[in-house]
Amino acid sequence: MPLYLEIIICISLLIGAVFLLIGSYGLIRLPDIYMRLHSPTKASTLGITGVLVASMIFQSHLKGSFSVQELLITLFLLITAPVAANMIAKTALHYRKKPLERTQNQELMETIRDREEPQKPSES
Amino acid sequence: MLFPMPFHSLLLFTVWLLLNNSISAGHIVLAVFFAITIPWLVSGMRDEHPKILKPWLAIRYVLMVMKDILTANVEVALLIIGPIKKLNPGFVAVPINIDSDLGITLLASTVSLTPGTVSAEVSKDKSWLYVHALHLDNEEELILSIKQRYEMPIKEIFGC
Repeated sequence: MPLYLEIIICISLLIGAVFLLIGSYGLIRLPDIYMRLHSPTKASTLGITGVLVASMIFQSHLKGSFSVQELLITLFLLITAPVAANMIAKTALHYRKKPLERTQNQELMETIRDREEPQKPSES
Repeated sequence: MLFPMPFHSLLLFTVWLLLNNSISAGHIVLAVFFAITIPWLVSGMRDEHPKILKPWLAIRYVLMVMKDILTANVEVALLIIGPIKKLNPGFVAVPINIDSDLGITLLASTVSLTPGTVSAEVSKDKSWLYVHALHLDNEEELILSIKQRYEMPIKEIFGC
């Protein structure tokens, strides 16, 4: 395997690993469930993409033909991640999980859970 | 009818072959089997989707969202490592103005994947999208950016 390919693979693996690490770290570091949702939906998408790009280049070189499975995995991930996040957010709202105290617009939570319209959108 | 959803059949066929990375006879038979049975099973629960009116705009939108996902990742990563005390999370109600369910789904998904926001719920009358922001500086600005950056193109793409 030529050196430049190895370098590219290493770099994308490292980028992926770093973002996955940060995403997982966010899960334990952020204080409430609504904030924790942000870390797996975002930081991990780039992380997984990095690892998959590395795998794609490696496999393409190994087999001598372009490997597209990884692209499909990324695509599925992009489609499913927001849905999962949405479902977790809904569940948390229905369980009346307390958000962090300084969360703004907490009065909206009731309305969100009941899927009503907000009483009066702030005019300011 | 053999192919109630021709486009989806084609999609299933290609995705199956791509997933297996082969075009051997066995996989082609399997792919054809899936391309016929799966649409046949699910065509009953399908509802009408609006047509994509402006495909070029759709491609531009996808590219823009990819760029935003990249920046979102870096931004959120920085927020996660940075001091937690400085984070000001908050819920925001975003008024939306899209008729089609597919459009709303796309908008909600994009909002979840892009900087600092996760969509939590849609109001019953489908005119409000509720969003949780990891760091909320300026509510109006966030609403405006979602409306201009993501809602406008989706509305144009589907013409609704």
